Amino acid sequence: MTTSSNLVYLIALPLFSSAILLLLGRIADKWGHIVATLVSASTFVIAALEFVSMRQRTGDARAVHQDLFTWISVGTFNVHASLLLDQLSICFVLLISGVGTLIHIYSIAYMSHDHDRRRFFAFLNLFVAAMLLLVLGDSYLNLYVGWEGVGLASYLLIGFWNQKPAYAVAAKKAFVANRIGDVGLSLAIMIAFAQFGTVSFTGVAAGVPHASPAALTALGAMLLLAAAGKSAQFPLQSWLGDAMAGPTPVSALIHAATMVTAGVYLITRSNFVFDASPTAQTMVLIVGGITLLFGALVGTAKDDIKKALAASTMSQIGYMILATGLGPVGYAFAIMHLLTHGFFKAGMFLGAGSVMHGMNDEVNMRRYGAIGKVMPITAVTFGLGYLAIIGVPPFAGFYSKDKIIETAFNAGGTKGILVGGAALLGAAITAFYMTRVIVLTFTGTKRWDDEAHPHESPSLMWIPMVVLAIGSVASGFLFNSGHALVNWLAPVVNASGEHDAKEFLAPLTVSLLALGVVAIGVAIAILKYRSNVAVEAPEDVSILTKIVRRDLLQDDFNDRVLVRPGQALTRFFVAMDNNFIDGIVRGVGGVIAVSSTNLRKIQNGYVRSYALIMVIGVLALIATIWMVTL
Amino acid sequence: MDISNYLYLSAILFTIGAVGVVVRRNAIVVFMCVELMLNAANLAFVTFSRINGDLVGQVASFFTMVVAACEVVVGLAIIVTMYRSRRSASVDDASLLKR
Repeated sequence: MTTSSNLVYLIALPLFSSAILLLLGRIADKWGHIVATLVSASTFVIAALEFVSMRQRTGDARAVHQDLFTWISVGTFNVHASLLLDQLSICFVLLISGVGTLIHIYSIAYMSHDHDRRRFFAFLNLFVAAMLLLVLGDSYLNLYVGWEGVGLASYLLIGFWNQKPAYAVAAKKAFVANRIGDVGLSLAIMIAFAQFGTVSFTGVAAGVPHASPAALTALGAMLLLAAAGKSAQFPLQSWLGDAMAGPTPVSALIHAATMVTAGVYLITRSNFVFDASPTAQTMVLIVGGITLLFGALVGTAKDDIKKALAASTMSQIGYMILATGLGPVGYAFAIMHLLTHGFFKAGMFLGAGSVMHGMNDEVNMRRYGAIGKVMPITAVTFGLGYLAIIGVPPFAGFYSKDKIIETAFNAGGTKGILVGGAALLGAAITAFYMTRVIVLTFTGTKRWDDEAHPHESPSLMWIPMVVLAIGSVASGFLFNSGHALVNWLAPVVNASGEHDAKEFLAPLTVSLLALGVVAIGVAIAILKYRSNVAVEAPEDVSILTKIVRRDLLQDDFNDRVLVRPGQALTRFFVAMDNNFIDGIVRGVGGVIAVSSTNLRKIQNGYVRSYALIMVIGVLALIATIWMVTL
Repeated sequence: MDISNYLYLSAILFTIGAVGVVVRRNAIVVFMCVELMLNAANLAFVTFSRINGDLVGQVASFFTMVVAACEVVVGLAIIVTMYRSRRSASVDDASLLKR
């Protein structure tokens, strides 16, 4: 373990800049976005330098540790605020600071007409700081601070245009859904403390072999709940679609590339817990499998380009969660898919933002069409991201997604066929809905109004898109050549050096199978959407389509099962409070008021009545003395 | 004659005074009733002095007389002032404190 004193700047710089921009207020309007972008770029430079020096070290010396201060010290329980940069966190740090910087640059142009651009950049910096703390914390408690920080930043940014009530509601929904996951994480921390007396990653990892299976399963389940909340996994997935209310760069950075992958990070970081508890691991598999199909199905029916991409994000994170559920072999592929997804999905979101920018913020794909001709750079970069996500070789998604499908099949037995089949089916649906997006948006005939004058976006916007597109093309090959990423991550996620027990299907077969179903998905989408697209979504559709359009009834379910009973319970408590509790308080007050009103009548002001009372009192006193002495 | 008869007389005088204070409205009469009660007490003191064969009770009655004299001065002055301002010597009319 190497020690370093540079790690803290990764967090301190963006946090400080965010505070400055928020505190200075309108004074910083002119230069706030430049400062924020430079700070973000400087975090990337620090991260890149750390990466270079990490590569020069070998073995255990690669991990970098920095102890900041003693945070909590109670008896034998000590929590240090300290940072850990190892092979796993550096992947995230580079992704967050790299994609984060590109999106800062993009936002300078995208938000240029917004009155509150400085505030936007302050929140972006806050997010970068919190996200870096999340991946750098060396204990669950340090991670938790970052975890809550990104939740706050996400809330602030989804509701950035909170003058529109619907957007404010979306922000609140995301926050509440995230809170449920956060409760899971805090319970996990409590279980870890109760079981192991420590909350640091190394401490928990050391204690796992001696812990009871029940405790490990509970710990794993709570960690999974936390991951489901933050990563929009079933059953806490409903907030992600509404989170698209935020500005598009936010959707690209927070709700596609980084924050929503925090759940994958959490599970990968806690690999020792899941490896020791097969039950928890199976739950992870189930959640991942359900979500990847759920998101893909929702994606097929969305006409809003951002919501289609959001459903796709949900589905792709489902792939990552599924991969983490496959044990030591899967973690590296989950991270690989996470990184390639960070490139192509962020790139596509920026492309969607670019289209919206040129189309007066129109998001309905049925009113796009033939945009490729007027926005060539956007179309090409988006197209490269598209090829990456559906998994066409040699683009990034091919390597990462095929590896997941292959590992899923190799899990063996019925389990292997189930999860492998789900992953394969997901790939086919992915190909369908992504083709639908690209056909509706960039090809076909123009369906937009004459008031819209789509035009290519400024260079500040297309340069980040080009960089991300290059990543979508090359990253998969780079990660996979010579098992580079797998070997790099092995010390953290696969210490025992486990390999697949046996190959269920040869890698080539899996690739061909995947390409086959992808081709089918693409073909269906092209046939269905290449022409005659109605500007309004058709109403005479089957009941299944209607259900999918309503997000597979997720909101209806939540509304019926959670929201309305919750509101009824609240109304009951309010009625209890008003009638019962307040009734007692008011009753006591009333009794005292009535009795004192009556008691007051004794004080009538007549001397003679006072004298009479005195006489009676004296007589009573004498009588008492007489009785007692008798 | 039994000496305790003085005590009975004292008690009867005190009771007459007390009842007078309670039932009469005229401030002068109430005042006189108060004096009657004081004198009933004086009688009791003197009787006890006689029973005990010392002078303590008689001394106490002198103190009572002095206090009564002072009280008469102050009390009559108040009654006269009240009568002047309100044209009434009824104690029930002077019930302003309850408001």
